[in-house]
Amino acid sequence: MDSAPFDLTLTEEQRITRENMLRFARDTLSPAARAADDAASPDAALVAGIQEFGLALMPIPEALGGVGMPRSPLSNALACEDLGQGDMSHTLAALQTMGVVNVLVEGGSEEQQERLLPGLASGEAGQAAVALTEPRATFEPTELATQAVSEGSEYRLNGTKSLIPMGEACGLFVVVAATESGPAGFLVSSDLPGVSVKAEPAMGLRSAALATLELQDVAVSEADRLSGFDLPRLQALSWIGQCALAVGCCQAVLDYSIPYVKERKAFGEPIAWRQSVAFMVADIGIELEGMRLLMLRAASRAEQGLSFYREAYLAHLQCMEKAMQIGTNGIQLFGGAGFVRDYPLEMWYRNLRSIAVLHGSLVV
Amino acid sequence: MINLELPQKLTQVQQMAQQLASGVFRPISRKYDAIEHCDTPEELKPVAQMMAAMSGGGKKGSGKGSDGIKNGANMMGIMGVEAMCWGDVGLMLSIPGSGLGNAAISAVGTPEQKQQYGKLYCAMAITEPGAGSDSAAISTTAVRDGDEWILNGEKIYCTGGQRCDAVVVWATLDKALGKAAIKSFIVPRDNPGMSLVRVEDKMGLRVSDTAALSLNDCRIPVDHVLGSAEIADTEEARKKAFGGVMQTFDNTRPQVAAMALGVARAALEITREIYEKEQVSADFSKLPYNSTARELELYRLEADLEAARLMTLKAAWMADNGQPNSKEASMCKAKAGRMGNEVTLKCVALCGELGYSERTLLEKLARDSKIIDIFEGTQQIQQLIVARHLLGLSSKELK
Repeated sequence: MDSAPFDLTLTEEQRITRENMLRFARDTLSPAARAADDAASPDAALVAGIQEFGLALMPIPEALGGVGMPRSPLSNALACEDLGQGDMSHTLAALQTMGVVNVLVEGGSEEQQERLLPGLASGEAGQAAVALTEPRATFEPTELATQAVSEGSEYRLNGTKSLIPMGEACGLFVVVAATESGPAGFLVSSDLPGVSVKAEPAMGLRSAALATLELQDVAVSEADRLSGFDLPRLQALSWIGQCALAVGCCQAVLDYSIPYVKERKAFGEPIAWRQSVAFMVADIGIELEGMRLLMLRAASRAEQGLSFYREAYLAHLQCMEKAMQIGTNGIQLFGGAGFVRDYPLEMWYRNLRSIAVLHGSLVV
Repeated sequence: MINLELPQKLTQVQQMAQQLASGVFRPISRKYDAIEHCDTPEELKPVAQMMAAMSGGGKKGSGKGSDGIKNGANMMGIMGVEAMCWGDVGLMLSIPGSGLGNAAISAVGTPEQKQQYGKLYCAMAITEPGAGSDSAAISTTAVRDGDEWILNGEKIYCTGGQRCDAVVVWATLDKALGKAAIKSFIVPRDNPGMSLVRVEDKMGLRVSDTAALSLNDCRIPVDHVLGSAEIADTEEARKKAFGGVMQTFDNTRPQVAAMALGVARAALEITREIYEKEQVSADFSKLPYNSTARELELYRLEADLEAARLMTLKAAWMADNGQPNSKEASMCKAKAGRMGNEVTLKCVALCGELGYSERTLLEKLARDSKIIDIFEGTQQIQQLIVARHLLGLSSKELK
């Protein structure tokens, strides 16, 4: 028996899902993205629209209100890419809860799953988010400033977590904190004493309503420590998600730029007829192809149960550098028109920079 | 179903080529780089025999998977070329019988032409002193004289032009008629009308002979034209005729991209070996910007190599599965070409004296890599092709 062939063909199901998601991204997400960015607030209908695809429900057992499908990082990554073509901010905001569900399904105890998954499945528990990033330039996930100190049957959590999409709307956080035995994941309800959340607007992802989470002597019971928490896996799955978002957004940059450079005239002919312009378009296409394949390889390895940390790390490194190059070149192709807010280029530019600074945000 | 891992069938090809590369190529890599001009290295003759034997039975390996997806000859070619070029790209190009002319003959030759020349070493002569990337501007002429063609002109940068058995020469039947009048002709190397002007001295790829040839009233039989000798007279037919010539590149460009993959992997492996001895461990244990400059640079180069590798595999996979891949073939050649050069040059810098001196192969790899971003279509030609595809522009609009 030979092993499976190298193949880039979507399954019939993936193909149909892709069609639906791309249609939603094009017809619904994309046209509404600018207004939500200006308002610095997510459009509730868009968030609901994304969540109606049911990605968070897939791996939740039927008995707990889900669909009971096997975990599929690859399908999730494809979804992030497709929806990211419409808008990164809303996709990130709406799929936060999916990330928490995935962490719970993989690393939560039976008791934790039974207690929390039904509320996340039904939506009654509201949004949930992984809280990993901290406001430090030299932030490193294995050297966390947020501490969880063991006190009898409880932990005391102190620290600050940041860049949490829709943080103020979250009812539940998976807080990653340092313990004596290394980084651990804690389930922290937003109504616990000592928990406070405040808006923390940033360069981009404005309609994701980024927020900072403050933890001041928050008492968390032993039962809320995730038993099977795997930080490297969480990081790697989230790199894949972020790469997929970047791939989607960069595809939007390319698709949007092509008709413009063919119509815009300078010196009596379309600027696309000039190599200096055409080669920028070519390089966007070339680097985007590389980004997409790196992301897909990491995702397909995760899907198959193979090691994928290195592949996700490399994909993320390539994406954070090349996606920003594509974002800035998108504006460059439009010139002054790219800089003004009539066009989406400047919003994509601001959003794409996030790929380099987000951690743990989109666990696929 | 999406799977970017390689099946056993392909990893076996890679392993075999890797054995050849480390057992035969690497030990003689320095020797022939220093000798530069010589006949076909003795060590390559058994390799050529082995490969000829393998290509006879190669059909077996290209069977379809259960869902009809093929990982066939194009992908196997990528695996073989990548691994051999990990050993030495110049030596791989010097294996008799693996010339670009062979690819052209096997693609469009008649059964008689394949019979007569298929097993010989056939080079390809396109470039002229006045026509490089602009291959439609060649001025070597072919004139029909009874049962013969008479060829006149100068050809340069012909890989294998000294050691080959025959050369596939591009010439025009009527320069005024442009691309449609360009045909290729098989010229036996010992034809008295074709003479060797010189073999170039080069920065890298030294063991591979790069020849300048002169054709002076060079007479060949009329059946030595490759493909049709008719000049297409409609725009449509013209495009089709020249397009047919260009289509060969859709298959060969990923193979040339694979050369860059092999060279880059070799440089990265040597760099990692050196770093291990000097206690630099690029083990992905920290985020990129918390890593040392050396670690980060290695990660960047590895990511670039991996991106180019997957793009090359994709282009070959599309060819194997009958999907038009002209854009992807140029994309992978563009990415791999610049990546191979960047990686090998950075590895020299990253290893200091050990990279720059002849103690290791790094400096040689950095010399060899440059040509891969030039031949089989320069970086800029690939960008032009990709841009025309993406923008839907013709060569008249986007020049």
